[in-house]
Amino acid sequence: MATTPDINIERDQGNFHYDTTYEYDAGVGLNDQTIDYISKVKEEDEWVHDFRRKALKIFRDKPTPTHWASKDLENIHYDKIRYYLSKGQRPSRTWDEVPEEVKNTFERLGIPEKERAYLAGVEAQFDSEASYSNMKEELAKQGVIFVGSTEGLMKYPEIFRKWFGKVIPIGDNKFSALNSAVFSGGSFIYVPPGVKVKQPLQAYFRINAENFGQFERTLIIADEGAEVTYMEGCTAPKFETTTLHSAVVELVALKGAKIQYITVQNWSANVFNLVTKRGLAMEDAEVKWIDCNIGSRLTMKYPGVVMRGEGARGEVLSIALAHDGQHQDTGAKMVHAADKTASNIISKSISIGQGRSTYRGIVAMPKHLKGCKNNTECDALLINTNSRTDTYPAITVRGEQNTVQHEASVSKVSAEQIFYMMQRGLSEEQAMSLSVNGFVNDLIREFPMEYSVELKRLIDLEMEGSVG
Amino acid sequence: MSTETLSVGTGAIGDADIFAARQEFSGGLPDWFTTMQREHWTRFLESPDPTRLDETWRFSDLRPLSKIAGFVPTPFEKPDADDLIARSNTVKNPAGQLVFVDDNLAAARVMDAELEKKGVIFTTLFDALNNHGDLVREYFMKETPQLGSEKYEALHVALVRSGVFLYVPDGVEVDRPFVVYNWTQQEKGAVFPHTLFVSGKHSKSTLVEFQRAASTETEHLVISNAHVFSGDGSETNHRIIQDWNTKTLSFQLNTNNADRDTNAKSIIVNVGSSQARQEVHGKIFGSGSNVEMYSVNVPRKDQQFDQRTLQTHLAPHSRSDLLFKNALLDKSRTIFSGLIIVEEGAQQTDAYQTNNNLMLSGDAESNALPGLEIKANDVKCSHGATTGRIDESNLFYFLARGITRSKAHELIVFGFLEEVIEKFGDEALEDYVRGRLAEKSLA
Repeated sequence: MATTPDINIERDQGNFHYDTTYEYDAGVGLNDQTIDYISKVKEEDEWVHDFRRKALKIFRDKPTPTHWASKDLENIHYDKIRYYLSKGQRPSRTWDEVPEEVKNTFERLGIPEKERAYLAGVEAQFDSEASYSNMKEELAKQGVIFVGSTEGLMKYPEIFRKWFGKVIPIGDNKFSALNSAVFSGGSFIYVPPGVKVKQPLQAYFRINAENFGQFERTLIIADEGAEVTYMEGCTAPKFETTTLHSAVVELVALKGAKIQYITVQNWSANVFNLVTKRGLAMEDAEVKWIDCNIGSRLTMKYPGVVMRGEGARGEVLSIALAHDGQHQDTGAKMVHAADKTASNIISKSISIGQGRSTYRGIVAMPKHLKGCKNNTECDALLINTNSRTDTYPAITVRGEQNTVQHEASVSKVSAEQIFYMMQRGLSEEQAMSLSVNGFVNDLIREFPMEYSVELKRLIDLEMEGSVG
Repeated sequence: MSTETLSVGTGAIGDADIFAARQEFSGGLPDWFTTMQREHWTRFLESPDPTRLDETWRFSDLRPLSKIAGFVPTPFEKPDADDLIARSNTVKNPAGQLVFVDDNLAAARVMDAELEKKGVIFTTLFDALNNHGDLVREYFMKETPQLGSEKYEALHVALVRSGVFLYVPDGVEVDRPFVVYNWTQQEKGAVFPHTLFVSGKHSKSTLVEFQRAASTETEHLVISNAHVFSGDGSETNHRIIQDWNTKTLSFQLNTNNADRDTNAKSIIVNVGSSQARQEVHGKIFGSGSNVEMYSVNVPRKDQQFDQRTLQTHLAPHSRSDLLFKNALLDKSRTIFSGLIIVEEGAQQTDAYQTNNNLMLSGDAESNALPGLEIKANDVKCSHGATTGRIDESNLFYFLARGITRSKAHELIVFGFLEEVIEKFGDEALEDYVRGRLAEKSLA
């Protein structure tokens, strides 16, 4: 069990690829014309076009943050990436209108037919445009708006423009600037006051063209007392060359609202996944990020909550699994900006083979606040002798009225546990898999059922061949 | 205290010819040493100032650094400081004692004759360079903290001319502590105290450093270094009581280097300085060692304590434990940035790191950056950082028993700090530290 330098598991399993023909293509590389082209094709208003242009300038001016982040960022070749592709589809209204190809993809993902019909407001993103959009009528009746980013900005500017780019300003970081320049796709959701959306809204994202970067933009606004859960799952076919995924997700929970955002990220191991996610929680509101990162080459993602109203709550639950050649650089950012705000971060990471997982966090209670609380727990599990984990939290507290606690631990699966299970007839690999599942079990339970089942399956798959 | 008579060869750090002028006055030193000083002067001049983007200076207040060029390295002259010598009496019966005022040896060296016979060396750095040159050369600046202050370390090496060399030969055990006093006196003076503490195999010894100022009103720059080398099977105890006045910009750049089966302990108490930057790197080169790094910090008013630590495990089967406790008053700020690195192959490592902040004022600010970088799987590593306040229910318990609120506060704060203070394992010193903390910070 001690040493397993080489791990060869079948990583192609579950990969799929379909030939796609693209109606619109902004070409390769990023320049002013790319921005103009995207704006023109999407028939955007001038203010959106200006927003993109401003963002492109900021993106160019900002240095790559390699003074703290992985040097691997230098391997992104921005001039070899396609920034916009679309089949030119308008969001479809009924299941029958969805192209056969897309249906096939769902088939491969293993979503049961019955469930598909049952899923509320499925927003399936095929490449950069939402290709399928089906909202249950009752949701529409309740006044819930669930549209693509372009449609949201064009049709409902009075709702979305107010918050668009406000939770995460263009210049927040280099990659939020990039997304702001070239965004397409994603979901814009508005839930009216008091409406509690019962079923989770879902979106499936895919990358399905070589060298094609995906820059979806999501903005969810839960009005006073509203509740909504959003889920995104990512799968991607495997490609030879590096791909970039850089999303921006903004959540706004107004007074007393609750937003839960669930992600299962399983990009193929050549994808740079550089995502900015932040929620704003007003008085008594709650924003909860549940985040699971299994795929990608390098993921940098630190979901945050700015607790601006008294009594607001923020939570990040995170699972990361890093395999050979993968670096899961994840974490959380909790900014307490009002009295009696509470935040909770629980992060569990597993490093297998030469995989590296990193927790990076910020907890800030910057002003003269009272009664703020934060609890942070980071646990790392190292499977092989050469696995790696890092923890870099930063905690700033002002004043004597607040409480913060941070704990982190690093461990391996105990030999006693494995021995105990093997004595009862499990193979070493089964025992290891069971231990790892046990390690993340209390977090996996937070996911909706179908996701937790899939997660367990994915972890088993990743654990294959890790002992020997 | 006279400030008008500066000797020839002194100017401010920012003066172009300061280094050459100082070198003229430190004649008679080995070539390797003066060459090294010259190289470090160049390194100091060529190194960029820290910026906000440097991770090792995250949250630091960089403004005071611009004042460094204006400080004047203190002149070479025997100080007139009988009162300071008289006040250098905290440890009653030391194994040896050296008292420096503004980097000049002020009192005659005290040293136990018995120990001299056993081969113990306890003398000034320059005396050691002249008489034990090869031994000093083997260890001098062999290890450095590498935690961000490389530029100021270079300045220290270039201008160092005072310091302590303690060498305890193999198998020699000394129960009483060796004591060093460093006093600052001259207004705008810059001093560069250096400590090199080498303990031989299976030896045992303790070094206590007191850092004080003659007056509360003068401004100073202190860039001190302390390097402890614990040989196989040795026990070393290194204590620093940083009690400069509150107009001092101080740097303390340390390494604790442990070979096999050592018990290497260090404690830093911080009372003084306007801004104290401290870097402590515990390097564990051998198996079976236990390295402990403790610190107790009570900043008040505008004081800023900026502490950066590293615990590097290069060998398997060792243990390290770090505990930094801060009680923050008034508008004070602390930064604790700690990192445990477990290198590949350092299996069976046990490494702990804890930072507790007790906030005693609405204007105090604590920053905690507890980090881990683990490259081996069979390890037990954990870190914890807490920031909190005096628990109301604790306070209630005291009040219910007729203890006044202010007394209860004091008891709770001391209870909090006691965990580190009691690690001194020397009652007289513990009482002294409790007294200084009470007098200085809880008054």
